[in-house]
Amino acid sequence: MPQKPLLRLLTCGAVDDGKSTLIGRLLHDAGLIAEDTLATLAGDSRRHGTTGADVDLALLTDGLEAERQQGITIDVAWRYFATPARHFILADCPGHPQHTRNMATGAARADLAILLVDARAGLLPQTYRHAAICALFGIRHLVVGINKLDLLDFDQAVFERIAAEARAMAAALAIPHLAAIPHLVVIPLSARHGDNVAHPSARIPWYAGPTLLHHLETITIDETATEKPFRFPIQWVNRRDETFRGLAGTVASGRIALGDPVTVATSGATAPLARILGPGGDQPEAQDGDAVTLVVAAPLDCARGDLLAPPTARPNVADQFAAHLLWTDDAPLLPGRQYRMRLGTTWTTASVTTIKHRLDPQTQAHEAATTLSANEIGLCTLAAATPLAFDAYATNRATGAFILVNRDTNRTAAAGMIAHPLRRATNIHPEAYPVDKQARGVALRQRPLVLWFTGLSASGKTTVAKLVEQHLYHAGCHTFALDGDNLRHGLNRDLGFTPRDRVENIRRAGEVAKLMVEAGLIVLASFISPYRAERRLVREMLAPGEFVEIFMDTPLDLCAARDPKGLYARARRGEIPNFTGINSPYEPPESPDLTLDGQSPPETLARQVLAHILPRITGEA
Amino acid sequence: MPLPPHLRRLEAEAIAILRETLASFRAPALLYSIGKDSSVLLHLAQKAFAPAAIPFPLLHIATGWDFAEMLAFRDRRAAELGAHLLVHTNPDGLARGISPITHGSRLHMDTMGTEALKQALDLHAIDAAIGGARRDEEKSRAKERIFSPRTQGHAWDPRSQRPEFWTLFNTSLGPGETMRVFPLSDWTELDIWTYIAAEGIPVVPLYFAAPRPVLRRAGALIVRDDDRMPLAPGETPETLWVRFRTMGDWPLTGAHESRAATPAQILAELAIARTSERHGRLIDHDQDAAMERKKREGYF
Ligand SMILES: Nc1nc2c(ncn2[C@@H]2O[C@H](COP(=O)(O)OP(=O)(O)O)[C@@H](O)[C@H]2O)c(=O)[nH]1
Repeated sequence: MPQKPLLRLLTCGAVDDGKSTLIGRLLHDAGLIAEDTLATLAGDSRRHGTTGADVDLALLTDGLEAERQQGITIDVAWRYFATPARHFILADCPGHPQHTRNMATGAARADLAILLVDARAGLLPQTYRHAAICALFGIRHLVVGINKLDLLDFDQAVFERIAAEARAMAAALAIPHLAAIPHLVVIPLSARHGDNVAHPSARIPWYAGPTLLHHLETITIDETATEKPFRFPIQWVNRRDETFRGLAGTVASGRIALGDPVTVATSGATAPLARILGPGGDQPEAQDGDAVTLVVAAPLDCARGDLLAPPTARPNVADQFAAHLLWTDDAPLLPGRQYRMRLGTTWTTASVTTIKHRLDPQTQAHEAATTLSANEIGLCTLAAATPLAFDAYATNRATGAFILVNRDTNRTAAAGMIAHPLRRATNIHPEAYPVDKQARGVALRQRPLVLWFTGLSASGKTTVAKLVEQHLYHAGCHTFALDGDNLRHGLNRDLGFTPRDRVENIRRAGEVAKLMVEAGLIVLASFISPYRAERRLVREMLAPGEFVEIFMDTPLDLCAARDPKGLYARARRGEIPNFTGINSPYEPPESPDLTLDGQSPPETLARQVLAHILPRITGEA
Repeated sequence: MPLPPHLRRLEAEAIAILRETLASFRAPALLYSIGKDSSVLLHLAQKAFAPAAIPFPLLHIATGWDFAEMLAFRDRRAAELGAHLLVHTNPDGLARGISPITHGSRLHMDTMGTEALKQALDLHAIDAAIGGARRDEEKSRAKERIFSPRTQGHAWDPRSQRPEFWTLFNTSLGPGETMRVFPLSDWTELDIWTYIAAEGIPVVPLYFAAPRPVLRRAGALIVRDDDRMPLAPGETPETLWVRFRTMGDWPLTGAHESRAATPAQILAELAIARTSERHGRLIDHDQDAAMERKKREGYF
């Protein structure tokens, strides 16, 4: 009998519902635990176990020292087992809400989820949460195992009641833009004693369905990925020598054969396929999951990060889109902040422009939100720095998924599932005008620049900027000064001082400064701009060399002593929340273009600035 | 013998991970331990980059206690593949004369294994080290990600691993950090042998049973590779048909009695085996959670 294809699955559910015990039991009853492993387990059970004299099968999967000591699962453990019918890769996932991101690691690649429920407790908040995450990640097969029935004398009434609740839960899962979980099976179990795990149980005569293992061995996962349109993210260009150029990668969906035309999604360039090299040499066709190297019959401008598709069934191409995010970073989401984004084999930067709602995974209520914290889910709109080729996650898991990475810590900040492109992103193309920045700069006889003064309130930013501007004016330069206070009275009137509003404040200031640079001006911008990430954002909006970061390095005590507007005194009395330096952080620049010692006279500092920038303005540097 | 469907899938996934490593890092290297998993990695790397040659060096950490047959095999394979082979031994440990026999397995492995590896990675400025570790080998391995970052001092923090979603690996590194990459994470011992048999991959002959000179030490069968291991008064090695399930330093690696002399016979033996693969490794029984400790400190 031919083997069924590999099955990737996860076990989830609330803490103590018996996930680890179930896996131990599954492996044990299938005869897959080696003798020396069992012996080690017996030793571990005496030290850390919860099952009295019996071997505690849960200890088989809790592999980290901290996990065995605390008796909880922190991270996913991967298990591999095979029966004559099938090979399995199983992710044993933690139940604690604060480890949801690790649970999601297991869910992302799974085809099937086993959701365990302690029959004594029934469906818990965490049960709903895990079911919602399974739906979010596009899992289409759910098995609800009602466990610990041994403690309730295998009471059929209890089982039927919880089974009905579980069916209602699955039916009510309605995450916008994603299909509900279509396939649900409920099985009565005792993981600890093995009833209905690998063997049918005489103690559950009222149940006629399959054992858990039998169900896993026989279930057919709809292999629709092959029927979907061809998608091939180019992973690496193989240039052995001048005579060979191959596009290496893994077919994400669909199939392709020799002679078929392929199109680079973002450019539309097309060429027919000349060769397909697989692990065993040349092959006539390839399908989803195959790692191959494609050779095209005509020169095709493409590189790592490009997506190949059939000319007749292309993906979306847009730089703005709506997506669900599961936030995974300890630092909460800041709308407007730039994150590194990976979609397929492309890396770019992207920011969240709005949070449409936060999803309560338990009730699926949509809540208003200004941020997402670790383990929270939200529907957001995002803007990427470059146009991206993608499909909706609901139609293609491989080309609709992305991650965000925190640029300061490199930690994975979010898992994302694209819902749809935004209309405005597909229809608006930036206008190119014949008179451009260079042309205007030539007319004004200067190179446009942004002098970005950053530092604490009352550090002297505006004082020095005003002096510099006067000198520039007398030298015949065309300038414009922007500062936090004047923008906050107009353009940024709607913004406060929360971290999120500060980010948006700087983003808008950066956009205004950019327009002025386009107009050919020297911009003097004085903003506290306390976060490195936003200063970097402005730097990256501009061309290289146009952003001059000037750090007003004035000690906090001196600023507080100056206190021209009495703000420090009020902040210290607790009257002003989020005041930089007092109860809101300031991140000094790591490598500013210029550092000014705020204790020196302003005129001295202004001359230092001029000495630094005049050569750049006149084009001598 | 055609590959079973699940192995074809694992093969493709491992190839994708190797390509991803090459495309994402400045100076990757393949940690070549000469064992069966390394042999499979090498074979996969050939396929991943064909028709080009393997584009990164192989790194072997030589402890001074490798089986002579392993070293011969290593040099032969590197020459056949035209691969760039780097060999490193901890010079400080060598000068101190560290040996598993006089200093015990723990100090020996820490000095000649873990320390040596860190030295070699720093010396050659390797930012991504590809290893053949599998998650089914041991409990703390079962928790490790496929792309697993290490701090500046090569330490692993198992309590705060980055989540790893789909195959969208987060390959970002901060200054001084390095990556460990495990393309065989999802393979089992059985998969490895099935693949070796199907693809005809060369492995060190020590994996196959043959009559060898054996000493019994702490319940393990030690094949005496040279005379640095002293004999007890009146002791003579006995000749037994044995083979190895894992490769390591010869005084620390137990053999078992077997007549399996081909990959197919090994597969038959494994199908009825009742002990786990690492059973023969003396170093893993050092202490509770030994592997996790070693990995946190930088062991592969
Ligand atoms: N009586 C009984 N106890 C069980 C059963 N399954 C698990 N347990 C116990 O429930 C506790 C939690 O199990 P564990 O597998 O660690 O739960 P996890 O947190 O979901 O991994 C342990 O003390 C188990 O022995 C069962 O079917 N019957």
